[in-house]
Amino acid sequence: MKKYLPVMLLAGTVIIIQLLTLITGKGFLLTQLTMSTWYVIAALGLCMVMGYAGQISLGQAGFFAIGGYTTAVLSTIDFSARTGTSVFSFFDSLGLLLTRQTIYGDTVIYLSPWAALIAAILIAGLTAWGLGVPVLKLRGHYLGMATMGFGIIVNRIVVGTKIFGEADGISNVPPFKMFPGFEISGKVGFRVGNYYFAWLVVIIALILLINLINSRAGRALKALHGSEDAADAMGVNTARCKTAVFIIGAVLAAVAGFFMTHYNGGIGPSESSVIKSVRYVSIVAVGGMANIWGTLIMGMLLNFLSLRGVFGHFDDAVFGIILVLMMMFMPDGFIRKEVFYSIKTLFRGKK
Amino acid sequence: MALNQILQYIFSGITVGSIYAFVAIGYNIIYNSTGIINFAQGEFVMLGGMIAYTFSNFMPLLPAIIAAILITAAIGGLIENVFIRRMRKTSVLGMIVITIGLSILIREFALSIWDEQIRALRFFTGNEISSVNILGARISPQVLWVLGVTLVLTAGLYFFLKFTLTGQAMRACSENPTAAKLCGIRTDRMVSLSFMVSAGIGALGGCVVSPLTQTHYAMGSDLAIKGFTVAILGGLGNPMSAVAAGILLGLIEAFSISILPMAYKDVISIIILLIVLVARPSGLFGSRSASALKDY
Amino acid sequence: MNKILKGLLVLTLIASAMLTGCTKEEETIKIGALFAVTGGASFLGAPEAKTAEMVVENINAAGGINGKKIELIIKDTAANPEKAISFAKQLIEEDKVIAIIGPSTSGETMQIKDLCQSYGTPLLSCAAAEAIVDPVASYVFKTPQKDSYVAKWIFTTMNEMGITKIGIIGANTGFGNAGLGQLEKYAPDFGIEIAAKESYDKASTDLTAVLTKLNARDIEAIVNWSIVPAQSIVPKNMKQLGMEIPLFQSHGFGNIKYAEAAGAAAEGIIFPAGQLLVAEKLPDSHPQKKVLVAYKTAYEQKFNEPVSGFGGYAYDAVMLIAQALKNAKSMDRNGLRDALESISGFAGASGVFNMSATDHNGLNMSSCEMLTVKNGQFDLYK
Repeated sequence: MKKYLPVMLLAGTVIIIQLLTLITGKGFLLTQLTMSTWYVIAALGLCMVMGYAGQISLGQAGFFAIGGYTTAVLSTIDFSARTGTSVFSFFDSLGLLLTRQTIYGDTVIYLSPWAALIAAILIAGLTAWGLGVPVLKLRGHYLGMATMGFGIIVNRIVVGTKIFGEADGISNVPPFKMFPGFEISGKVGFRVGNYYFAWLVVIIALILLINLINSRAGRALKALHGSEDAADAMGVNTARCKTAVFIIGAVLAAVAGFFMTHYNGGIGPSESSVIKSVRYVSIVAVGGMANIWGTLIMGMLLNFLSLRGVFGHFDDAVFGIILVLMMMFMPDGFIRKEVFYSIKTLFRGKK
Repeated sequence: MALNQILQYIFSGITVGSIYAFVAIGYNIIYNSTGIINFAQGEFVMLGGMIAYTFSNFMPLLPAIIAAILITAAIGGLIENVFIRRMRKTSVLGMIVITIGLSILIREFALSIWDEQIRALRFFTGNEISSVNILGARISPQVLWVLGVTLVLTAGLYFFLKFTLTGQAMRACSENPTAAKLCGIRTDRMVSLSFMVSAGIGALGGCVVSPLTQTHYAMGSDLAIKGFTVAILGGLGNPMSAVAAGILLGLIEAFSISILPMAYKDVISIIILLIVLVARPSGLFGSRSASALKDY
Repeated sequence: MNKILKGLLVLTLIASAMLTGCTKEEETIKIGALFAVTGGASFLGAPEAKTAEMVVENINAAGGINGKKIELIIKDTAANPEKAISFAKQLIEEDKVIAIIGPSTSGETMQIKDLCQSYGTPLLSCAAAEAIVDPVASYVFKTPQKDSYVAKWIFTTMNEMGITKIGIIGANTGFGNAGLGQLEKYAPDFGIEIAAKESYDKASTDLTAVLTKLNARDIEAIVNWSIVPAQSIVPKNMKQLGMEIPLFQSHGFGNIKYAEAAGAAAEGIIFPAGQLLVAEKLPDSHPQKKVLVAYKTAYEQKFNEPVSGFGGYAYDAVMLIAQALKNAKSMDRNGLRDALESISGFAGASGVFNMSATDHNGLNMSSCEMLTVKNGQFDLYK
C-alpha cells in the first residue's frame, strides 16, 4: 500500500484547501482551481508520453479539443426539431435524450452527455491510434513536427468548419447531469462538488498511472526512454508500447476536455492552438519530465495563476521564459530531490 | 481555366513559395551545422521587416534593409552564443523545447517594442497600385523583386558553400564535425556563423516581402511551420532544394484555392508534411541512403 | 516520498497565503473589463483598453459619479474564451463589479452571455455580432453598430451605383464570419447576387489566388469583411491584378493604419463606419460632433496614435454606464440595468443610443455613414 500513500496525502491536501476556502469565505477560488485540475489531467497524459515513453508530443491540445468539441457538438444539437425521425427514436429508445430549459424559457431536447463522453473517448483513442502508428516511428524533430502538425490540423478544421462554430467556438453547452443531485456545470451551487469530482478524476488517473509505471509495461517504458534500440533488442515491443502510451495520453486529454467544456459551458478554438500544446509541454518540462507529481504541482500552480490573470499581458511570455530557463539551467525539472535538499540546507544552515 | 488565370495562380504560388523558401533555407543552414531545427526561424523574418521599417522612417530604403539584415544577424549570433552554445549536450527534445521558448520570447519582445499594429515597407519600385502585365497575368513589380532576390540568394549561397573557404568549412562541419575540427576548422565559430547567416537571410526575406505581405509581430510562427514543411519536402539539410520545394508548396496552395475553400489551405500543406515525414523522410529531392545515416 | 509530502506542503502554504490576503472596503464603483489586449484580436482589444482607461481617468478627474470614483479592473483575455469565462466569474464573484465591459470578440461574448445573465450582472459587449442582443438577455447590452446596418448601408450604396453582382470575402474570424452571414442574408432584399464567397485565414499574407478566383466570376464589386491586417492586402492585391472594380470593406477598416499600410491602393475604398473617423468634417449641427471631436483629440494626444472605431466601442460602454449610474434609482447591478435600458438620446462615439427592453443596442441606421479614402485620409463618401 506504500505506493498509494502520496495519493492519500494529495487527497488530504485537496480537502484542506477546500476547507481553507470555506473558512476564509473565498469559495470563488475553487472555480479556477477546478479549471486548473482539468488542464492538469491533460498534462499528466502528456507527462506519460514525454517523460516515461520519451516521445515528444506538440499536439496534446488537439486531443483536449477533440474531447471538448465532441461533446460541445453532440450535446448542443436540439432534437426537439427532429421528433419523429429515425435518429430521434433510436436515441430515445436508448434513453439518451434529455430535456432542459434555457434561460430564455425555451425547452430543448438534447443528447445525453454520457453518449458524448463515450464518443469523445472513442474518437480521441482512435485518432491517437491512427496517428500514433505511423508517426511514432519518427524521432526527435520529425516527431515533434508531426505531432504539432496534427495539432494545427485540428485547429484549422475547428476554425474553418461551420458545425464547430468556426472562430467563435461553441457556447451554451448544457450541464452534464451525472446522477441525481450532481452535475458538471459552472453553477455556484455545484462548485464544491465539481472541485471534488475533478480531483477524484485526477486521483483515479494517478492510481492508473502509478500502477502502469510500476508494472511490467512501465519497466519496458523506462527502458524505452533510456535507449529505444536497446529496449528493442531486449525484446520490448517498442512500437506497441509507444502507441499504447500515446493513446492513454490522448484519452486523458480528451476526458479533461470533455469535462472542462461542460464546466465552462462552452469551448473555443483557442483550446486547440499550438501555444496551448506548448504550455502543456512547458508544464511537463518544469515538473521534471518523468515526474507525475512535479507535473501535477507545477500544472496546478501555473494554470491557476494564469486563469486568475496574474501574468497579465505576459501570459504566453511566462511559459516561454519557463521553457528557456528550465532547459538551460534545470533540464531535470524544478520539482526534484536536489531542490528540496537545497531548500532544506537553506533553512537549517550548512550541514 | 483560362491561360492568364493559370499564370496568375502560378505567380501567386511562386511569390508565396519564395517566402517559404527564405525560411526553409535558414532552417537548413542551421540544421547542417548543429543538427538543430531552429523553431525561431520565422521570427527572424518578422524582425527583419520590423527593423527595416523602423529605420526606413529616417533613412533611404537600401541602408535601412542592410541595417536590418546586420542587426538581425547579430541577434541570431547572440542567441547562439547565449542559449544554444551551452545546450550542446542536451537531448533533441530539449533543443525543440528551447527554440520554441525562444520564438515565444522574441514574439513577445516584438509586441512590446512595436505594438500590435501592422507595418509595411515602401515598395522598392513603383507603389501599391503599379502592376506589370506578363502574358495577360498582372503582377506587382515587387513580385519581380521577390523572385529576383530569391534567385540571386540561391546562386550566391551555392557559390558561397561550394567555392569559398568559409563555405567549404561550413559544409565540412555538417558532414563530420569531428573530422572538421581535426582539420583545424573552428567548429564553434562555424556554428555562430550559421546562425548569423540564416538570421540574415530570414531578415532579407522579411524586407523583400514586407511591402506585399506586411509585417506583424505574430507572423513568425505560421511561417516557421510552412518553412519547416518546405525544408522537409526538399530534404532536410539541403538549402538548394528548399527553394524548389518552397515554390512547389506555394503552387500547390495556390491551386488548391481554386478547388477547395481557402480555410483548409493549411490543412493540405500539413497533410503533405505528414505524408512526406512518414513515407519519405529524406524529402522529395533528398537521397534516401544519405538520410538513413543521419540522426534526426 | 519525502519530496512529495513537501511539495504538497508548499502548495498548501501558497494556497493559504493567497487565501488570507485581506481586502479593504473602499467607496468606489468597480467596473470590470475583459479585453483581448494581446493575442489574435489585439487590433480590437488594445485601443479598447487604452480608451477605457482614459475615459475612467477623465471621469474620476471630474469628480467621479455621484461623488464616487470609478475603479476599472482590466483583464487581458488574449481572445481566449476559457479565460474570458474564468475572468468573468472572478470579476463578478470576487471583485463584485457592478458591470462588465467587453469582451472584444463575439466568440468570447457568446461564451459569457448566459453567465452574466444568470449572475444578474450587466454586460456591455464591445463585439459586433447580432446574436449578442438577439435574443435579448435582460442583462446583456452591446455598443457597436449591428452588422446588419453595415450590410444594408453597403447594399444601399451598391443600388445607387447600379451594382448587382458581387463577390464577398472575409477573414475566418468571428467578426468576418458574422459579417459574411449578414451580407448573404440581406443581399436578396436589395436585388444583389452574390456570385462568390470565400473565407481566408486571418494570418494570410497573399490573397492574389483567391482574388483571381473571384475575378473569374465577372463580378462588379467586392466586399471584404474583416478586422485583420489582410484588409490592406486585399486592395494592394486587387490593384496588382488590375482589378478596377470598386472595393467595399466593413467597419473593421475603421483604423487609418490599415489605409496607410495599403498606401495608394487604399484610395477609393468605400466602407460604412461610425462618424468618429470623420469627426472634424461633420457639420456643427451634428448631435455627436462635440463628443466625437473631444474623444478623438484626447485619445490622439494621450496615446500619440490615430483613433480607431474600436476604441469608440469601449468609450461608449464606459460612458453609458456613467450616464446610467447618474440616473439610476439604486447604485447596484439591477439599478444600473434598469437605467441602461431606459437610456435615450445619448450621443456616444458610435451613434445616438436609444435603449429599450427589446433593443439592447440602441443604435439605428444613422449610426453609420459611408466613408471613403481620399488622399490617404478618411472622408465622407459623396
